[in-house]
Amino acid sequence: MTQTTEALEQLAKADYKYGFFTEIEADTVPPGLDEGIIRYISAKKREPEWLLDWRLRAFRHWQTMTEPRWAHITYGPIDYQSIVYYSAPKVGKAPQSLDDVDPELLRTYDRLGIPLRERELLAGVAVDAVFDSVSVATTFKEKLGELGIVFCSFSEAVREHPDLVRPYLGSVVPAGDNYFAALNAAVFTDGSFVYVPKGVRCPMELSTYFRINAAATGQFERTLIVADEGSYVSYLEGCTAPMRDENQLHAAVVELVALEKAQIKYSTVQNWYPGDAEGKGGIYNFVTKRGACRGAHAKISWTQVETGSAITWKYPSCILQGDYSIGEFYSVALTNHLQQADTGTKMIHIGKHTRSTIISKGISAGRAQNTYRGQVRVLKAAEGARNFTQCDSLLMGDKCGAHTFPYIDVQNATAQVEHEASTSKIGEDQLFYCRQRGLSNEDAVSMIVNGFCKQVLAELPMEFAVEAQKLLGISLEGSVG
Amino acid sequence: MLEIRNLHAEVNGVEILRGIDLVVKSGEVHSIMGPNGSGKSTLAQVLAGRTTYAVTQGEVLLDGKNLLELEPEARAGEGVFLAFQYPVEIPGVSNSYFLRAALNAVRRYRGEEEVDAVDFLALVRAKVAALEMDPGLLKRPVNEGFSGGEKKRNEILQMVVLEPRLAILDETDSGLDIDALRIVANGVNALRDPRRSFIVVTHYQRLLSHVVPDFVHVLYAGRVVKSGGKELALELEEHGYGWLDQQFAQAARA
Repeated sequence: MTQTTEALEQLAKADYKYGFFTEIEADTVPPGLDEGIIRYISAKKREPEWLLDWRLRAFRHWQTMTEPRWAHITYGPIDYQSIVYYSAPKVGKAPQSLDDVDPELLRTYDRLGIPLRERELLAGVAVDAVFDSVSVATTFKEKLGELGIVFCSFSEAVREHPDLVRPYLGSVVPAGDNYFAALNAAVFTDGSFVYVPKGVRCPMELSTYFRINAAATGQFERTLIVADEGSYVSYLEGCTAPMRDENQLHAAVVELVALEKAQIKYSTVQNWYPGDAEGKGGIYNFVTKRGACRGAHAKISWTQVETGSAITWKYPSCILQGDYSIGEFYSVALTNHLQQADTGTKMIHIGKHTRSTIISKGISAGRAQNTYRGQVRVLKAAEGARNFTQCDSLLMGDKCGAHTFPYIDVQNATAQVEHEASTSKIGEDQLFYCRQRGLSNEDAVSMIVNGFCKQVLAELPMEFAVEAQKLLGISLEGSVG
Repeated sequence: MLEIRNLHAEVNGVEILRGIDLVVKSGEVHSIMGPNGSGKSTLAQVLAGRTTYAVTQGEVLLDGKNLLELEPEARAGEGVFLAFQYPVEIPGVSNSYFLRAALNAVRRYRGEEEVDAVDFLALVRAKVAALEMDPGLLKRPVNEGFSGGEKKRNEILQMVVLEPRLAILDETDSGLDIDALRIVANGVNALRDPRRSFIVVTHYQRLLSHVVPDFVHVLYAGRVVKSGGKELALELEEHGYGWLDQQFAQAARA
C-alpha cells in the first residue's frame, strides 16, 4: 500500500474536539410540530400578531411541500414530529450583564474559546451569543448604538425595531422559498439582527456563535442583516455543536440586504459535529443563505469555511439587482469520514454591469462526498454582466468523491462568463517532498491543504483566518499516517 | 559517515538495486554515474526514505544509525537532504514559509531552538543573493511557475539553508544552462566541509569539472561495477557507457 493511502486510512481517527454537553436547565416543549407549538413559540417570545400570522402562513405552506431530494446527498427520512422545536435555557429574567449569565454557560463558552469578556474588547469583536434558542448575552450594544447600529437578537429586534424588521423579513428568502426555509419561517426561535444606518461603517467585526445544545433540539435560527445606503458591515458566524449519537437538524435562514453603495461581508466558519468515523450522529445542516444587492454599486461577499456537519446543504447566493453591484462567494468545504456536502452558490445577474466571482475549494478525505453546485444566471436586462468561477477539488485517498455541477444560464449576449475547474489528489510526491525536508506527515498535509485554500482563507478577517487554518488541520488530523 | 551494505530494493516486484556497497566518509564528494535505468535515482530515493521502493536486503548506516528504520522526516532530521530531480510544486504555500517550516522542523528534531521570522529572513536573503536568485521567488508558491533552472536553484537554496550532513543531488545539473550550472556548483562548493558528505548523481562530466569529486562510481543494472577517481568521469565522457553492456551484460542477467 502506498504511503498516501495508508496515511488516509488513519484520517478516520480524528476526534471531534468540541464534544461536551452542558447541563443547564432548559425550558423545553414536547417533540412534534403543529400550529399549537408555533403559537406557543410566538407567545413565549411575545411576538406581534403580524409575525405569528407570517409563521402560520409559512407552516401551512410547508405542509404542502416535499423535502428536496435533488442534492447529491443520501440520508434516511427525517421525522419532523420527533424534533423539539423550542428549548430555552431557564433564566428568571433577562440577564443584565455577563454576571447574570449561568456560570456553567460561561464555562462552555470558555471551552469553546469564545472571547466573551475582556478578550473581545482587545479583539474588537462584539459577540451576540445564541445558546440553543435564546440570546443570553449581547455585548457592545451601547457602543454600536452610538453610531445608530442595531445588533441584537432577532426576538429583541422584532420587539424593539419592528419598523426595521418587518419590511425586510422574508424579502430575500420568502417564507415559502424552499422546504427548509419554510420550516424555519414557521418555527424559528431566535437569531441575530443587524441594521447599519446610511453612510455608517461598522467599526468592528460583528460576531455570533451559535451552538446547538439540548439533546434532539433542532436549531432554527434566523439572521437578517440590513446595510443602508453607503454603509459597511462585516459579520462573522462561527458554529460548534456538541457530540451526540442521533442526527440533529439545523435549518437556518440568513437574509442580507445591501442598499445602494452598501457592502456586506459575511464570513462563516462552520464546524458542527460531523458524526463519528462510522457516520453515526452529526448535524444535518440545511441552510438557506441569500443576499440581495438592491441598489447600484452594492456589494455582498460570502466567505465560508465548512468543516463540520454530517450533511451540508447550502448555497449562499447573491441577487444582483442594482446596476454595477457585485457578488462574491469564497468557499472551502472539507469533508472527511462519511460526511457529505452539497454546497455552492447562485449568482443572479439582473442589473447592468453586475459582476460576480466564485472561488470554491472542495476537499474530500475518508469516504466523504463533496459536491459543488453553482448557478450563474444572467437575465436579459443584465447588460455587460461578468462572472468568473473557479472550482477546485482536492482528493485525499481513493475512497472519497468530488463532484461539480455548474449551471450557467445566460440570456444577454454581452455577458462574459468564465468557468475553471480542477481536480487533484494530494500526491505522494508532494508528501514525500515535504517529509524529505523534515515536515511530519500531518504538518505536510495541513500545509498542502492550507495552500490549496489560500485564496479563500485570505478573504477571512485575520482572527478568523487563524482559527480556520487550525480547524482545517484538526479536521484532517490522523488523515495521513 | 555513510555506509551502504549490500542494498537491494525493488518496485512492483522488479529488483532495481541489486546489492549496492558504498562508503562515503565525512568531507568526501562521491559521484554516481551510469546509463539510464541503472538505478541511480532509485538509490537516491531509497536513501531519502521513499516507500515506493521496498528495501529487501542490506543496510544503510549514517554515523552508525540505521537509516532504513527511520521515517523520511527523521532522516531529514539526521541530516539527509535530497535535491530532487523533479522538484514538486506546492500551490498556495510560499517558498519562504515552506523553507522556514522545514528549517524549524529539523531544528526541533535536533533539539535546537526555532528560528523566528525576522532572523530567518535575514538568513535566507543572504543565501538567495549568493545563489543569484530572484528574491521574488521567495514569495511565490513553492516551485509553482518556476522555470526548470529556477526549480533546481531552489533545491540548492533549500540545501544551503538546511545545511545537511549528507546531501544527495539527483541530476541537479540536467536542464541547466552554463551560467546556472556554475551558480549551482558554487552553492555546492560553498557548502563543502570536512563534516559534510555529498553524493552527486549525474549523467555528465560537466558538473564534475565544477564540483570536483573525490570518487566516481559507475552504476550498472543495480550494482556498482567500477569505482575510481575524478578521471573516471572523463573516461566515461569519452567512451560512453556502451562498453558496460559488453563487459557486464552477462553479469547483469545473472
